[in-house]
Amino acid sequence: MYVAAKGGETAIRNAHKLLAKHRRGNRSLPSITLDQIASQLTLAVGRVMAEGSLYDVDLAALAVKQARGDLIEAIFLIRAFRTTLPRFGSTLPLDTGVMLVRRRVSATYKDLPGGQLLGPTFDYTHRLLDPSLAEAEGGEEGSVPDSADGGIDVQPPAMPRVTDLIGQEGLIEPSPEDDGGEPFDITRAPVSFPVDRATRLQTLARGDEGFLLALGYSTQRGYARSHPFVGEIRFGDVEVSFFAEEIGFEVPLGRVQVTECQMVNQFKGSATSPPQFTRGYGLVFGQCERKAMSMALVERALRWSDLGEERSAPAQDEEFVLSHCDNVQATGFVEHLKLPHYVDFQAELDLVRRMRREMGADDDMQEAAE
Amino acid sequence: MSVSSEITAEAAARRRVMGVLAEARGAELDAVLAQLAPVPPATDLRAPEMGLVMLRGRVGGDGAPFNLGEATVSRAAVRLEGGANGFSYRLGRSPAAARAAAVIDALWHDAARRAQVEAAIEPIAARLAAERSEAVHETAATKVEFFTLVRGED
Repeated sequence: MYVAAKGGETAIRNAHKLLAKHRRGNRSLPSITLDQIASQLTLAVGRVMAEGSLYDVDLAALAVKQARGDLIEAIFLIRAFRTTLPRFGSTLPLDTGVMLVRRRVSATYKDLPGGQLLGPTFDYTHRLLDPSLAEAEGGEEGSVPDSADGGIDVQPPAMPRVTDLIGQEGLIEPSPEDDGGEPFDITRAPVSFPVDRATRLQTLARGDEGFLLALGYSTQRGYARSHPFVGEIRFGDVEVSFFAEEIGFEVPLGRVQVTECQMVNQFKGSATSPPQFTRGYGLVFGQCERKAMSMALVERALRWSDLGEERSAPAQDEEFVLSHCDNVQATGFVEHLKLPHYVDFQAELDLVRRMRREMGADDDMQEAAE
Repeated sequence: MSVSSEITAEAAARRRVMGVLAEARGAELDAVLAQLAPVPPATDLRAPEMGLVMLRGRVGGDGAPFNLGEATVSRAAVRLEGGANGFSYRLGRSPAAARAAAVIDALWHDAARRAQVEAAIEPIAARLAAERSEAVHETAATKVEFFTLVRGED
């Protein structure tokens, strides 16, 4: 039960001023700019957009700055902001098949049409701290090799999805068909379990990276094992199109960056249907590869019922996973515990004193003390 | 050419212009308007405003749609004095840029000025193409060939 507490206005005001001072840090140093955050802390900005569930690079950079680098706090700020704006409608589904690919790897095929493109990745780095970054970096152009140097064919190659290649042979289950229906929207209507796949994907797409990483990891360690392979991860720019009635056709709104993960999992078949690989899907704003992979693992685990599997592990428990993956809800409920609960606690104190009195416990203790 | 394919061709041309205007920077749009001066006064059919669109993905990349998350968007609708209506939708939070883009879209409807408008936005289209080309080149340089090693004795 919540009981209002009064007072403390001056202390709160002063605490917020102190917060602002600590956020600003050492005033002999220049204040960090949003451009710097957006262009140098790109992955923090990406995570805030993904879990804030709002694509706006500048706004996410502002949130990171205001939150002093606390990304969950930044995500909270973004979620609060989005409630202040009207929604004009929904876009056409993004077509990741025609992405301007900045990275694309497959763990299932080494030779695939379009090739494997490592792009800007931490993979294969040695994870050794680089002391040279402690020095100020100049603004001069870095020498990034490009394919013109090696005379490589630069035509952006067609990049068919790996799942399409496997699908051509009927070796993998197809994606669920688009029946023209409107997908459920968890921001507009209360969720009641069980939910469909679209609802799960929307919830997971804004879910906490750490929570989904741990659950995805648990499936690899045997809690709902599904023998996953990364069919493909791709990251890059996709065009957003919106059907505007007053214009009468689909207008391009600009481009967003997304990461997509196609997880290919162990096959399933029956006496009547031949075995096929199954799949889990991840799609996230920004370059958030760990999140896209975790999402795909968890999405696959949640499909146990459709695939006739046994339910035995936390990652398969839809209500548990989807009700706890939102870090704004989670942090709100956990952190509210530090707010005044004086009246609640007073009631508990009275209760425990009365119970002890009824047992005579305090008399015994007093005797022992004497 | 049939009537419907003419309409389609016009819509495709306009769609291309709107795509460039959607990705242009605010300053680039102002520069285009300055270059196209004099521009007849424009009245707002709808005041420039900021809002959200829900971006959708598809299950598995090609299946049924789902709601991925929202994005900020700005839009504007104008009518040029003695001229056409113009519209704009752009990702981001710049109603002023959306209005500039709507004015340019309206100017494009004037057959006498269409070529001039398309020429004025050409530098923006070129910048966007150059950025894309740079991304393609840099990425292509990271293309790998993995070799599978034979396991065992022979």
